[in-house]
Amino acid sequence: MNELNQKTARDNILARLRNNRMTQSASPAPYLPSYGWSQAEKIQRLSERMQAVRGEVHRMPRTDWVGWLNQELPKRKLHNILLGETANAELFRAQADAALTLHRYDRVIEDWKQDLFKQVDVGITDTLGGIAESGSLILWPTPQEPRLLSLVPPVHIALLEADKIVDNFAQAMHQQHWSEHMPTNALLISGPSKTADIEQTLAYGIHGPKQLIVLILE
Amino acid sequence: MHQTEAFHQRIDKALHNEQARTSFRSTMSGLMQKRAAQFPDNDELQALRDQARAIRAHALTRQPELLEQLEQKLTANGIRVHWAETAQQANEIIYQILHAADAKTLVKGKSMVSEETELNHYLEQRNIEVLESDLGEFIIQLAHEPPSHIVAPAIHKNVKQVAELFHQFFPELGYTENIDELTLLARQILRDKFANADAGISGVNFAVAETGTLCLVENEGNGRLSTTAPRLHIAITGIEKVVAKLSDIPPLLNILTKSATGQPITTYFNMISRPRQPDEKDGPQAVHLVLLDNQRSSIRMDEELLDTLRCIRCGACINHCPVYVQVGGHAYGTVYPGPIGCVLEPQRLGLEKTGILTSACTMCGACAEVCPVRIPLPKLINRLRAESVNAARSEAHINGKGSLRKLTESQAWAIWRLLYASPRNYRLFRWFATRLRGLTPTRLGAWTRYRSSIKPAPRSLQELAQQEGFDHE
Ligand code: SF4
Ligand code: SF4
Repeated sequence: MNELNQKTARDNILARLRNNRMTQSASPAPYLPSYGWSQAEKIQRLSERMQAVRGEVHRMPRTDWVGWLNQELPKRKLHNILLGETANAELFRAQADAALTLHRYDRVIEDWKQDLFKQVDVGITDTLGGIAESGSLILWPTPQEPRLLSLVPPVHIALLEADKIVDNFAQAMHQQHWSEHMPTNALLISGPSKTADIEQTLAYGIHGPKQLIVLILE
Repeated sequence: MHQTEAFHQRIDKALHNEQARTSFRSTMSGLMQKRAAQFPDNDELQALRDQARAIRAHALTRQPELLEQLEQKLTANGIRVHWAETAQQANEIIYQILHAADAKTLVKGKSMVSEETELNHYLEQRNIEVLESDLGEFIIQLAHEPPSHIVAPAIHKNVKQVAELFHQFFPELGYTENIDELTLLARQILRDKFANADAGISGVNFAVAETGTLCLVENEGNGRLSTTAPRLHIAITGIEKVVAKLSDIPPLLNILTKSATGQPITTYFNMISRPRQPDEKDGPQAVHLVLLDNQRSSIRMDEELLDTLRCIRCGACINHCPVYVQVGGHAYGTVYPGPIGCVLEPQRLGLEKTGILTSACTMCGACAEVCPVRIPLPKLINRLRAESVNAARSEAHINGKGSLRKLTESQAWAIWRLLYASPRNYRLFRWFATRLRGLTPTRLGAWTRYRSSIKPAPRSLQELAQQEGFDHE
């Protein structure tokens, strides 16, 4: 269809939509439930939800996560680690176990797409917060932490600061004023990739990460 | 063949497919239980349904403004917007975008609207490789079958059939009937495709006018991969998917995933507002949205039938329908099966082609009870039944009105009306019907195929009552 036809299609559709006798319906009431959960309750709830869909959750003091990774990654035979360019990524880089191979997501994807798909074991990212009700992580990928970092590697490790967990999604949007500055891509991630397309039987690790490990930093 | 005959043949075939019927039965009862478990508090559920209904209804009344706002926001964000009145136009637009970008291989996330336009077929004819990446869609693409459910497209197949299908197409990967292993095989097969595809195509669950945001709900990650890894992303959606505000999204998402598969939330909720920005390192360089009408604006002309457009495609009505559970999705012969199919398809395709679908309903009301946006489905089915035999006397612009009207049937109803409209006629009729009961016909077509015919009693209830001394009518 050429530009002109498309403009006609647009005008025709809008004209048909305007040409009817619809009664106006009232605006929906604002929806902003609040459960008043304490931080401990929120952590509890988020962890339970996450674990129910095979997400792994570990709570630790905020100074301990580098040490935890240095210990766990070699133990789990995860060697090729992809990091972004955030403060946390630099922190890890400075103290990472020598046995680990660290990769830096510092080029446009076209320059190394095949390597990303084939050679990386783990992607580590920050999160913008968590949602207790549904057991979700909030991610707004950035130039420092691109979109594929939390998607292509078979294992995704996410750092979540305990005081950034809110009751529910509506609250997160409201408190962080999402509608004023939506990023290129905003994500809720609630567990590792899964499917139930064969006989409605749950199977994990279909296209996205097979494992999601959440480190809650207190 | 007449639509009625064709429909009955499909039903007959479906009823003889024991394996598929077993799959439908067990899956649907599982989905019903899982949904119920997500709504332990009925008051909360009803309040959430009211909220979701109000959001969708409000968006529909403001649809033209919202679509313009959506277009303006998306354009400002760098996403190109295209409008298509028909399926053919939508396909042409998509082909042209692909052609201009020299894109030859495609990965697709799940999109029912693209099933509506038969996009895969259209593109394959033009030498574009299209690969469905949702596991269920991938399975039925291999099998060359249409989806049998809008949320679980391959649910008519059991694991053995899937195993055989995989083995037939990918013999080098070995044979397995283990679902976890089959899932990993699919991962392996599709991973390369994601890494190499030129373009990704996806549907849209909600389009937010306020911010120019396309929202996608999924569990597998194929939707995220299709919309992130290739250099080009094309989204296609029906014009009814627009909502006013970002704050409308949390309640809709909440009730959608719980109603659809009984999950508190899906693994991924993906909100896209822009193509890749100059400082960003991945994501598609160009994003397009195709807005498809395909009769939706005509459906919206009717004050009653426009409720159809509130649908958020959760599939809950399908899971709860006793007719669907027996016959499965393919019997309907349309893209959308079950209760929502019985309502949407006759309006979209015309009563003269698919009006008979409205007969696949017992008026049990289960669908309306679970619909998260409170679409009165049985009422709409009834209305379409009336339209199809010209009994509604409405001015609605529905194609094929009166196409199922039969002379004998309409005469029978005309006589019925005559007899019941006046007490005198009715009394006379009653006297004859009871006295001449021996003459009642015993073969009444489909009715008497599985039932015995009805015979009036020797005396009417009223006569008996009078004998007993009651003197009121
Ligand atoms: S009312 Fe009709 S369409 Fe709805 S669930 Fe019952 S049989 Fe199915
Ligand atoms: S009609 Fe209602 S229940 Fe059926 S798919 Fe649409 S929203 Fe879901």
